[in-house]
Amino acid sequence: MSSAPSALPSPTPHSAALHLAVALDGAGWHPAAWREPVARPRDLLTAGYWTDLVTEAERGLLDFVTIEDALGLQSSHFTEPDGRTDQVRGRLDAVLIAARVAPLTSHIGLLPTVVATHTEPFHISKAIATLDYVSTGRAGVRVQVSARRNEAAHFGRRTLPSFRIEDLGSPEVRELTVDLFDEAADHVEAVRRLWDSWEDGAEIRDVATGRFVDRDKLHYIDFEGKHFSVKGPSITPRPPQGQPLVGALAHETVTGAPFRLLGRSADLGFVTPHDIGQARTIVAAVRAEQDAAGRAGETLHLFGDLVVLLDDDPAEAAARKERLDALAGYPYTSDARIFTGTPVELADLLQELSEAGLTGFRLRPAVAGHDLPAITRGLVPELQRRGVFRHAYEADTLRGLLGLDRPANRYAAPEAVAADAVTTA
Amino acid sequence: MSEPRKPVKQIHLAAHFPGVNNTTVWSDPEAGSHIEFSSFAHFARTAERAKFDFLFLAEGLRLREQGGRIYDLDVVGRPDTFTVLSALAAVTERLGLTGTINSTFNEPYEVARQFASLDHLSDGRAAWNVVTSWDAFTGENFRRGGFLPKEERYSRAKEFLATANELFDSWRGDEIVADQETGTFLRDAKAGAFVHQGQHFDIEGRFNVPRSPQGRPVIFQAGDSEEGREFAAAGADAIFSRYATLKEGQEFYTDVKGRLARHGRTPDQLLILPAATFVLGDTDAEAQELAHEVRRQQVSGATALKHLEFVWNRDLSGYDPDGPLPDIDPDLGEHTLARGRAQVRMYRDPLATAREWRELAAANKWSIRDLVIETGSRQAFVGSPATVADTINEFVQADASDGFILVPHITPGGLDVFADTVVPLLQERGVFRTEYEGTTLRDHLGLARPSARSGSADSAPQAERAAAS
Repeated sequence: MSSAPSALPSPTPHSAALHLAVALDGAGWHPAAWREPVARPRDLLTAGYWTDLVTEAERGLLDFVTIEDALGLQSSHFTEPDGRTDQVRGRLDAVLIAARVAPLTSHIGLLPTVVATHTEPFHISKAIATLDYVSTGRAGVRVQVSARRNEAAHFGRRTLPSFRIEDLGSPEVRELTVDLFDEAADHVEAVRRLWDSWEDGAEIRDVATGRFVDRDKLHYIDFEGKHFSVKGPSITPRPPQGQPLVGALAHETVTGAPFRLLGRSADLGFVTPHDIGQARTIVAAVRAEQDAAGRAGETLHLFGDLVVLLDDDPAEAAARKERLDALAGYPYTSDARIFTGTPVELADLLQELSEAGLTGFRLRPAVAGHDLPAITRGLVPELQRRGVFRHAYEADTLRGLLGLDRPANRYAAPEAVAADAVTTA
Repeated sequence: MSEPRKPVKQIHLAAHFPGVNNTTVWSDPEAGSHIEFSSFAHFARTAERAKFDFLFLAEGLRLREQGGRIYDLDVVGRPDTFTVLSALAAVTERLGLTGTINSTFNEPYEVARQFASLDHLSDGRAAWNVVTSWDAFTGENFRRGGFLPKEERYSRAKEFLATANELFDSWRGDEIVADQETGTFLRDAKAGAFVHQGQHFDIEGRFNVPRSPQGRPVIFQAGDSEEGREFAAAGADAIFSRYATLKEGQEFYTDVKGRLARHGRTPDQLLILPAATFVLGDTDAEAQELAHEVRRQQVSGATALKHLEFVWNRDLSGYDPDGPLPDIDPDLGEHTLARGRAQVRMYRDPLATAREWRELAAANKWSIRDLVIETGSRQAFVGSPATVADTINEFVQADASDGFILVPHITPGGLDVFADTVVPLLQERGVFRTEYEGTTLRDHLGLARPSARSGSADSAPQAERAAAS
């Protein structure tokens, strides 16, 4: 009975087609975004606000939205709370926001953020599998690690050191980084095994024998890692997409741990090149990790992240950033390139960067209420005119939109997989 | 009645989406998916159409096993509670959304932010059924490895709930100014600050979900032990009981409501809501016949043998379910045959239960299957809509409960007939709402909205009450 929407091969608009996503965070990524008249800062904790944003992204035919999250209050400091009162503070659980919006949308993918460092893989696995059910095949998850000492103190199970961003190269912080990312890889592995722990068709409802499930199609995952073990099987049957998509944001570091996580564990990597040269370096580094992990044949989409301020006049966009910076009291900087300009200029940049081997872009609207509609109503039509973006959703699942097949179950007997393949073909 | 007439009580009704036990007749052609969201949406919309107080979801964290293998005769599998409830908030407007969340295999900060988020995203309709669990069997699915010595489960649950309340109360509710002109977002630089040091949790920091519409989610508690009753009396807004007969219900009701004064609370601050199944027919006779048929479907021969194994703690697969009960005695060693089963704990004296069942079977000439059908949990309400409406009303007016949590035996359409036939009769009798009067679950249940850190509202945490008394 469990549904398995088949990912129809998509009629791709163009060989150089781009995938496009937006990263949603509060009133927008600029710390003064909430000061803008369009910002609705009093609505940030309401379902209506999030529904409006995701509906707007769907109107623009975007592949998916990601929803930022953290297990602590927002802070301008790298690992500590900052006690500021002039910026947005407080947020809702991203998985629950995604679930709340899912029944009100129909095509767009939903990737809430989860923090692998402090959450249980078993809970995360069933939550994202269920998001896949409530969205009928549009779920993914953006996995994040947390090195924040204050967030660890919210759980009281481990103590993390205090450090500044300049300390990232120190031996202690390097060791911590490697450990956190390795733990995240274990987390993803446990989650993925749990998604496969029910074979498709495990629910048989065989009235003759009185058996509801075929228990030979349920599997213990027996995951054993450095930090935790998980027995399985999941409590939730295999989700519609088989494997919802796993994404992660990764930067270049001396340890290479973030790129290794992408290579080992991700379907979607979010990277932050500032120019085409850097984009080439990053793509090569991630592909090397992918090869090293033995996943050379698998699709790993690499999305370039950009913060965007879009206006019809480039000077207007630049002036808007200046105005927001003045309101914030300091010039806003980001790990990602900050683009100010017109939708046409952004389209040029995206096409240029895509030549480095990026398969898409995740845009971070500086002001959600302004820059998201500028993406959906300005950038998207421009990319469509250039023949590099879809004119209609070509699939009902997120895997379908990203050109990914529904994967075989790792626990299914080979003959069962073959039979499945025949039925799907 | 010789006593002075009491005012007519309003009945509270809720709907429990059928879970993983043999009350669900999954073999019925009308039975749909228990996983697909469309089933939950249908069920929730029916409950809301009928103006029910809330929908209730149970939880399971490990697939049940018997004889070392996954149990395959009942419904197996569930979706995630929080995720389903949040999605249901999108397809309903007033219905309360209650989820069971375990206090052993979770952390207070995470659960508190999930419930506070759900309360925001549903405009004040979230409720938490706090359950305790301690077994190593379930713990094998969790990184904390975590299981507790049995004697610590309530102490962890109490501290877990108290800690969550501290987090809910760490925002007063007026901190967000969001003044775009002056650039003041927060009035208070310390909003959400908390410190909790205790036996089970030593945590501090800033809670990152501002105060939600209900202040705190409504708190439910299930559990019948002395500790469970006391836990509920101290801090819960409602208690799930399993007493669906008038006399047992009244005893439980009197006992639990009697405990409230010691915690500085009044009887209307804790609702008692037993779970109840029902079978409806056009006439009482037809309903009885249907009920008998449902019980036969619920208890196959194989199911009957497995049920006996909960008591015998032995492999009974060689026995004939249509034959007599085993003449060997239960194995009194550690119960390892059936795992992840609440039922096992129901039979605290297996020898006595076995003796009693043998006598019953002999006296009535019952087979194993007959016995399990006849002694198993009977449908609470069987009859025509008028009979069922009258019985429910009688239970509530006689203080055997404040209402019921109804569990249909068919997913997801099993509630429809109740909504269409029994609810209008209760409304005609003036004992059940015809429209929602309020918007939040607290409104439906007649519970006050707690004020943060004041300790003055209905649901002030136990610690504050104890300190004040």
